[in-house]
Amino acid sequence: MFATLDQVFVLLEHWLVGFLPAGWQPAAGVVLSVAVIVCLFPALFALTVLLERKGLGRMQNRIGPNRVGPFGILQPIADAIKSLTKEDIVPTRADGVVHFLAPVVQVVAVFMGFAVLPMGRNMTLVKMDASLLFYFAIGASTELSVFMAGWSSRNKYSLLGAMRAVAQMISYEVPLLMSSVAVVMIAGSLSLDKIVEAQNHYSWGLPHWYIFTPWGFAGFVLFAIAATAETNRSPFDLPEGESELVAGYHTEYSGFKFALFFLGEYLAMFSISGLGTTLFLGGWSAPFSFLGRVPSWIWFFGKLLVSMCVFIWMRGTLPRLRQDQLMNFAWKFVLPLTMLNLMVAALWHFLGDGWARWAVCSAILAVSYVGMAWVEMRSQHFGARSYRYAE
Amino acid sequence: MGHPAFSVSHREQVAPMSFVFYLLAALTLAGALAAVLLKNTVHCALALTVAFAGLALLYLELDAQFAGFAQILVYIGAVAILIVFAILLTKGSETPKDGVYSKNWLTGLAIAAGVFAVLGWAVLERARVLPGPGGTPTAAPAVTVLQIGNALMGRYVLPLEIVALLLTAALIGAVIVAMHEKEETK
Repeated sequence: MFATLDQVFVLLEHWLVGFLPAGWQPAAGVVLSVAVIVCLFPALFALTVLLERKGLGRMQNRIGPNRVGPFGILQPIADAIKSLTKEDIVPTRADGVVHFLAPVVQVVAVFMGFAVLPMGRNMTLVKMDASLLFYFAIGASTELSVFMAGWSSRNKYSLLGAMRAVAQMISYEVPLLMSSVAVVMIAGSLSLDKIVEAQNHYSWGLPHWYIFTPWGFAGFVLFAIAATAETNRSPFDLPEGESELVAGYHTEYSGFKFALFFLGEYLAMFSISGLGTTLFLGGWSAPFSFLGRVPSWIWFFGKLLVSMCVFIWMRGTLPRLRQDQLMNFAWKFVLPLTMLNLMVAALWHFLGDGWARWAVCSAILAVSYVGMAWVEMRSQHFGARSYRYAE
Repeated sequence: MGHPAFSVSHREQVAPMSFVFYLLAALTLAGALAAVLLKNTVHCALALTVAFAGLALLYLELDAQFAGFAQILVYIGAVAILIVFAILLTKGSETPKDGVYSKNWLTGLAIAAGVFAVLGWAVLERARVLPGPGGTPTAAPAVTVLQIGNALMGRYVLPLEIVALLLTAALIGAVIVAMHEKEETK
């Protein structure tokens, strides 16, 4: 019973594909899985946008959308109809082909990332040896779509926003990769399925997720920072800073093309949350061994939605960074800490089982983090605010 | 090798693969030609990216996962962005009035043809040396990413370290050059 429920989607797919002749079955299975991914995540996107608007409203002491349907829950449908029926305006001087291709490239590249995420037991679309490498390779190509959008619009705000976005994504891709490398070193595989399998053990009913190790905890925090910056979310949403750049690289997009960019941004958040879940939070494995009978896909999507809520919470809490702070933070703070984390992960591997590695690794990380915070706080002079340019 | 059943199944496997190969080759060539022939420099850079992507897909079609993904990660994710930044930071994206063709294009063509001839000769020679039915090379043994990683970290660790040191030196050198310029302008 529980096993059936766990594999319900896999069995459903086999049952549906079984109606076709044997030669078509592998191809039909792939098409079916792709169709499910392409339908499921935009549906989750609609849900998340509503959650974000309501949640941010509550955080900012207002009600949020409440006109369409009971409590405004039909708002996403109204939004979708609106963006589908709006006029598609392309600036006269814009580069038509590139302007059209940019949102398409973005959404296609982001969707491809979902192909390698293990969404439940036996629920990975493409099982390959180097799935983590595939994920990062595909993620790197979204930068190009951002540039295409900003350049082809022939608008100074678009171009500035695109330059900011590309610079930011390149800078934070390095710590994102480096914090994931620690997981690869410990798990000994680039395959996301094997990384989940390596975390799917329990002692005394508690899971062996990598976040519950010293290097894993530090790595997860660094990964979360880099992931937030990589998806251009607050507090790293400078490329779309409305007070400076109207809307950044998608200023000149309207109607359904704008909706595609919006969709691409949220899909990128889902996909990076899924990757973080897989790498550090045990993927589809249950948080306690006695909950192991609950279907695995519930755990994956539950963790995904919790991380989306954290994204929304951060957006409602933190102020936006300045461009120089953003770059300094990436290269002088996050990157050295990820390198330290790599060393600690290597130590963790070579110290072997036992309490010694817990003590040594925790001590190194705690001393370095506390020491750095102490030095940084000493060098800050908290006094009256001084203005360098505005006086 | 000489077993008839094996060779028949082998030929059947090759036939659909070659269709994909021609498709990808056409894509790569189209991208490369567009990169040379288009007028707008940014369009050229984007067309070059298409050629890079075509090459990456060719690697993947040859079952070289690591090379394919590394090609996407490095060339599309970094080199293309670098080219685009270089174009935007220098005032060169306008179309020049006297056409995009260089005056000594004939020399360029000759050099390119020479390089192509040497590479083609090397590949053909290699194919004749390798054992296989009818002079065609046999399928290479499948190399997993794990084996590549072990080789890089084990046997070839010293070259890797030297390359890393060289790249770090280049990076620091670039920063020093940029810093020096800034001090002079003050």
